Amino acid sequence: MKNIREIALEEHHDFVGAKMGMWLFLLTELILFTGLFILYAMYRVRHAAEFHAAATELDVVIGTINTLVLLTSSLTVAVGIEALKRRNRKLAKWMVLLTVLFALTFLVNKYFEWSAKIHHGIFPGADELLSRSQGEIIYFNLYYAMTGLHGLHVLVGMGILLWVYFLIARKPSEKVVVAPPNIEYLKGAQLIASKGEQERWVIDEIKDDVVEVEVVIKKDPKKAGVDIPNIIKLENAGLYWHLVDIIWIFLFPLFYLIT
Amino acid sequence: MASHAIDVQNAQENYLEVKGRWSGILSWIFSTDHKRIGILYLVSIAFFFIVAATIGIFMRLEQLTMGPTLMKPEVYNRLFTLHGVIMIFLFIIPGIPAILGNFFLPIQIGAKDVAFPRLNLLSWWLFMIGATLAILTLFLPGGLPDTGWTFYAPYSIRTGSEVSLAVFAAFILGFSSILTGLNFVTTVHRMRAPGMSFFRMPLFVWALYATAWIQILATPMVGITLLLIIVERLLNIGIFDPTQGGDPILYQHLFWIYSHPAVYIMILPGFGVISEIIPTFSRRTIFGYKLIAFSSLSIAIFGSLVWAHHMFVSGQSDLANIIFSFLTFFVAIPTAIKVFNWVATLYKGSIRFEPPLLFALSSIFLFSIGGFTGLMQATLPINVHIHDTYFVVGHFHYTMFGGTIWALIAGILYWFPKITGKMYNKKWIYVAWAFMFIGFNTLYGTMLYMGWKGMPRRYYDHLPEFHTDHVIATVGSWFLYTGILILVSTLIYAVYRGAKADANPWGGTTLEWKTSSPPPLENFEKEPVVEHEPYYHEEAIR
Repeated sequence: MKNIREIALEEHHDFVGAKMGMWLFLLTELILFTGLFILYAMYRVRHAAEFHAAATELDVVIGTINTLVLLTSSLTVAVGIEALKRRNRKLAKWMVLLTVLFALTFLVNKYFEWSAKIHHGIFPGADELLSRSQGEIIYFNLYYAMTGLHGLHVLVGMGILLWVYFLIARKPSEKVVVAPPNIEYLKGAQLIASKGEQERWVIDEIKDDVVEVEVVIKKDPKKAGVDIPNIIKLENAGLYWHLVDIIWIFLFPLFYLIT
Repeated sequence: MASHAIDVQNAQENYLEVKGRWSGILSWIFSTDHKRIGILYLVSIAFFFIVAATIGIFMRLEQLTMGPTLMKPEVYNRLFTLHGVIMIFLFIIPGIPAILGNFFLPIQIGAKDVAFPRLNLLSWWLFMIGATLAILTLFLPGGLPDTGWTFYAPYSIRTGSEVSLAVFAAFILGFSSILTGLNFVTTVHRMRAPGMSFFRMPLFVWALYATAWIQILATPMVGITLLLIIVERLLNIGIFDPTQGGDPILYQHLFWIYSHPAVYIMILPGFGVISEIIPTFSRRTIFGYKLIAFSSLSIAIFGSLVWAHHMFVSGQSDLANIIFSFLTFFVAIPTAIKVFNWVATLYKGSIRFEPPLLFALSSIFLFSIGGFTGLMQATLPINVHIHDTYFVVGHFHYTMFGGTIWALIAGILYWFPKITGKMYNKKWIYVAWAFMFIGFNTLYGTMLYMGWKGMPRRYYDHLPEFHTDHVIATVGSWFLYTGILILVSTLIYAVYRGAKADANPWGGTTLEWKTSSPPPLENFEKEPVVEHEPYYHEEAIR
């Protein structure tokens, strides 16, 4: 007799493939920013002195704090991945949550930094900014465009990490779905859960009006450990987070430290 | 939570008959089966093609007479923009990879599906969202963009037409294109059947592989460029605006860094289709397999280094002009390698003349004209003379339409019996071909001639000395359009009333011909094992 698992075959998980897809995606993200870095390079060559002058107006202290925050968050997410690999769900959860908090700190800092600038009339299209030299205008326009796009990525990264957090926090479980056309094979049969030879529970007969059978097996988190697919999801989320970090590591000196 | 997929036990059911969780139209638009997604693309892309072709017909009608008869200049500007945007972003870039690639890439490497089936469905949805947004501009107060498909700054920043939304639509379409490329690269690396080494892959797969890499590497560049147009329009963050110290030439550079490689996204899969068709109908293996495979990669590489040949008169330095002119000639080498190898394959082959081969050979012929006129334009002094004339329009229609679309049609005719399990009426296909071939050369050949004489592109009107040429070209467009309609209706008729086709009507040797027509849900009854090169003909059929 065929059991339900043989009919609903296990989905093929290709972890190497999943990671390869993520790396390719990161490559596209990197090229997206490359366009902006090319523009930055071209304009800086043309207006070197003005870029230096404008850079003195940025607050190096806030920039440095943000750099430290992001670097530390890369550490926490890495620790989280390693914890999940060692089946330590609790530590992994805390580390991912901590990473999200660091991301939030970064954005709050950025908010205050931008507000201060906007308060001083330095924002795109403002008369105060437009009255300055062309090099300074383009410097601040690039500043808003590049840190803005980066901030958007921080926001997206936060979302992804939160999503993975909830996946990890959920009880480990397994789902078996039998849907058309394979449901035909189960018609008239009884759904039986068996554990060895002795124990057997007859659950229900599958009649003609049944369209789909879904069995969810939930496990005790302390004994069952973690869902393996979650490890690769967290790893991919971590890779994305490192990318966000690396881009900031280039943005920081290019805008704050060229004085 | 680990979910479990369904394995089909009943091998008799093909992918069109399988009953899934959904029925009716939902069983298509929510399907993650790569074959159904391929057909979704086929239907939507064919629709956009007919729309854009019809716009083209109207533009030609305006040129039939002098002065504003059918439309005003502003309308003409918007129409050529829409014609370009639809043809480029909605038709020819996704074209062969999304339709034929989706359907046949997994089958040709012996896989059940692509690496990320759900991502594949998402790509189609993104494609449709992008398409909807692009067409939505028609109904908004600003109306269709009037910038030309290139969205050149600073005009695209100043114009009152709905450029922001159109550009955002192009951004989403680019995202869809990236996801398809990412999916294909991972599929080729991870999903090949046992024995399917890289050098046993069909050349269509090689072409798609090279294309997928360009999609991944080049598309983000246009993505950021288009985003900057949007922020410049909405948030006033001037990056390309000269009054804020910006440089519009940099926009052109960034735009063409993507958009020139994009023409190889358009043509490489077409070359792949031809490389499949030629050996099948010559009854012999392809001549120079590895050279064709590597020429795809080298076109991808050289093609990424020649973008500034679009900007010879934009005001860049003479040194840059000379370098980019020089590099452009290099692209001709791998392209010529392909053409010579195809011809060498035909030589002493046992040729069976069928509609797919006819279209493939026409594609080579028309693309060669496009290629040679391209070399003329790569030459600096000639370029200055014919820049922004109808010569350019004629040239890129010979390459894109003549090369890619004719190859796409050849591919659809070649794989039609496999996709639908039906055979079309070959006589009507020959009739359609005659109309199309005559119309095509009358239309675009005349354009080359007009451009050489100095007729500028993108003008809604013309001077009396060009009048006769314009009339000839417009008549050509009617022939071409008629041919296309005959072709499409013949195929639609065949879907419903066509004779049943064999599993292998042409005697093809690649894996898709070793499964039933139409293929079962998971493509093969059992996983195929590959033992020899793709174009191994056991005996010549005479």
